[in-house]
Amino acid sequence: MPLTAAYTSQKPPLAEPVERLRDRIPGWGVDLDPADRPSFPRESLDLRPEGANWDLPEQQPHSGYRERSIEHADLTPVFGTAQPLKGVSGAVRRLAYDRYSEGRAAHWLLLMAGDRIDVVGSTLRSFASTRPDNLIAETGIKAEFTHGGARSRLGHGRADLHHQWLDPLIVAGPWVLAGFGAVTAARRVARLRRAG
Amino acid sequence: MKAMVYRGPYRVRVEEKPRPRLEHPNDAIVRVTLAAICGSDLHLYHGLMPDTRVGHTFGHEFIGVVDEVGSSVQNLQVGDRVMVPFNIFCGSCFFCARGLYSNCHNVNPNATAVGGIYGYSHTTGGYDGGQAEFVRVPFADVGPTKIPDWMSDEDAVLLTDATPTGYFGAQLGDIVEGDVVIVFGAGPVGLVAAKSAWLMGAGRVIVVDHMDFRLEKARTWAQAETYNFTEYDDIVVHMKAITDNLGADVAIDAVGAEADGNFLQHVTSAKLKLQGGSPVALNWAIDSVRKGANISVIGAYGPLFSAVKFGDAMNKGLTLRMNQCPVKRQWPRLFEHVRNGYLRPSELVTHRVPLDDIAEGYHVMSAKLDGCIKPLVVPSAA
Repeated sequence: MPLTAAYTSQKPPLAEPVERLRDRIPGWGVDLDPADRPSFPRESLDLRPEGANWDLPEQQPHSGYRERSIEHADLTPVFGTAQPLKGVSGAVRRLAYDRYSEGRAAHWLLLMAGDRIDVVGSTLRSFASTRPDNLIAETGIKAEFTHGGARSRLGHGRADLHHQWLDPLIVAGPWVLAGFGAVTAARRVARLRRAG
Repeated sequence: MKAMVYRGPYRVRVEEKPRPRLEHPNDAIVRVTLAAICGSDLHLYHGLMPDTRVGHTFGHEFIGVVDEVGSSVQNLQVGDRVMVPFNIFCGSCFFCARGLYSNCHNVNPNATAVGGIYGYSHTTGGYDGGQAEFVRVPFADVGPTKIPDWMSDEDAVLLTDATPTGYFGAQLGDIVEGDVVIVFGAGPVGLVAAKSAWLMGAGRVIVVDHMDFRLEKARTWAQAETYNFTEYDDIVVHMKAITDNLGADVAIDAVGAEADGNFLQHVTSAKLKLQGGSPVALNWAIDSVRKGANISVIGAYGPLFSAVKFGDAMNKGLTLRMNQCPVKRQWPRLFEHVRNGYLRPSELVTHRVPLDDIAEGYHVMSAKLDGCIKPLVVPSAA
C-alpha cells in the first residue's frame, strides 16, 4: 500500500489558491500581520486604558460582612451588591468562602449546594408571598407553542432532544425525594408522639 | 424598574426591582435600550455556574443611555448613548495595566480566577446584569464607549461580547497564511471566529456543530465548510480524513461547558453538574489537530474540574491558549471591520424578545427553537 502525503515532510497544498480566497471572501487576510491584531502581544505596559486616572481606585463604601475569596488579600476596591448572603443558603456559601480556597473542590461544591438550598427555600417562601413562583410559566414552555416547538423536533432543529428523557428525572427528582423525605420525617415524628 | 430575575434552574421571570444606585464615585447608571441573551447565559440558566443566587439579573451584553453619573466620572455625560463591554475592569491594576482587561483584580472579591462580569453570578463579582431597564456600570470612565453615529444598535450590542469574543478566539489560534482552522460550535461566537479566521489569512475554515440551521449560517455568513457531527461515526476520524490525515493547524473551541456529542460528558456536566463543563468540543479539538498545533478556547467553562484529555495535548505538543475576551482592546479594529463590511454582526440576530417575555426567550435560546442563533432583549422602557 503506498504511503500517503501524511508520511512525507510536505505541507499539503491549499485546496483553494490565495487569489481565489481573496476574491471570494471580503476582507480575506486584512489581519494577516499579527501587528494588526489587537491582542498581539498578549501583554504590554502601553495598553493601560484611557480614563483610569488613578493608581488605586477609591474604595467602594461598605459596612458589615462581604464574602470574599481567601485568595484575595482584601476586599476589592469595587464589588457587586446584587444579592447579599442570607438564610441557610447564605451560611453554606459563607462557609465555602471563609474556609476553602478556589483551588478546593469543597469551595465550589458548597456553593452549588448553597444554590440548591436557595432555590428550594426561595420557591417555598414565594408561595407565602404576593408573588408566588409559577413553576410552569417561568420555564417559558409557552414558547413551544409560539416558536415552532413541534416543528423544531424534526431533523436537527433543536438542542435538547438527545437527553430529554433524563430531564423529568433531574428536574423533578430532587422535589420528589425532598417530598418523600418530608413525609417520612413527619410520619416518624407522629409515630414517636403516639409512642410517647 | 422591570428586570429579568433568576428563580432556579430553567426558571426565570420579570420582576419589579429597585432601580440600581450609584455605589462608587466612578459608577454610572445606564438605561438599557437593547440587551442580548448569550450562549453562556445558558450555563447560569441551567444551574451550572456556582453561586448563582435566586433574584440575580443576568445579561452581560447590553447598550443604553447614560442616566446618572458618579461624582468622579469625567468621560461620560447623562444622555450619552453607550455600549458597555461585558468585562467590568478598573483600568489600573497589575492586569489591566498590561492589557488583560478581562482579568482585572480589583472588581471581583468572590474569586481571583475570574474577573468581573455583569449579570454572571456572584462568582464573577455579584453584579446584576443588563437584561433590565437600568443597570449599574462601575468604572464608567474606563469600560463604556460612546456608540459611533454610524453604528446600528444591533451591531453595537453584538460588539459587547459575541463579536469580539469570536474574533479574539481566532487571534488566540495564532493563524498564519494558509492554515487549516476548525471551529467547533456554530453559535454567534463560533460564526464570528470562523469569519475572523479568514480575515487572519486562513486557507481553509471548517465548522462543526450538530444543528443544521446553524451550519447553514456558517456556510452562508462565514463562507465555511461545515460538518454535522451526528452524521459521522467518529468526527475526529473524519476531521483527520479531510485534513490529509495530519490534522488541522488550529482548532477553536467555541462551545464550552454544555457541549453535546458524548453522553457521559454531557450528562455528568450539563445535567448532573459534577464537572465544570463538558469538554467534548475541547477534546475533539485536541484530537483533530496536527501535532504542534494551536488550540484556542473561548467557550466558557465553570470553575470545577473537567475531564480534559491533557495527555493527548501534551504528547502532541499542542499550545492551548484561552481567556475571557478583553473586549475594549478589540473595539478599534472591529469598528473598522464592521464599517468596511467585513463583519456584519447584526445579521446573526434571529429573535427580538420583549423583556416581559424573557422566560420564553430563554426557552427558545436554550432549546434552539425556531432557528434561534441570537436573541435580543428589548426592555420595556427602551
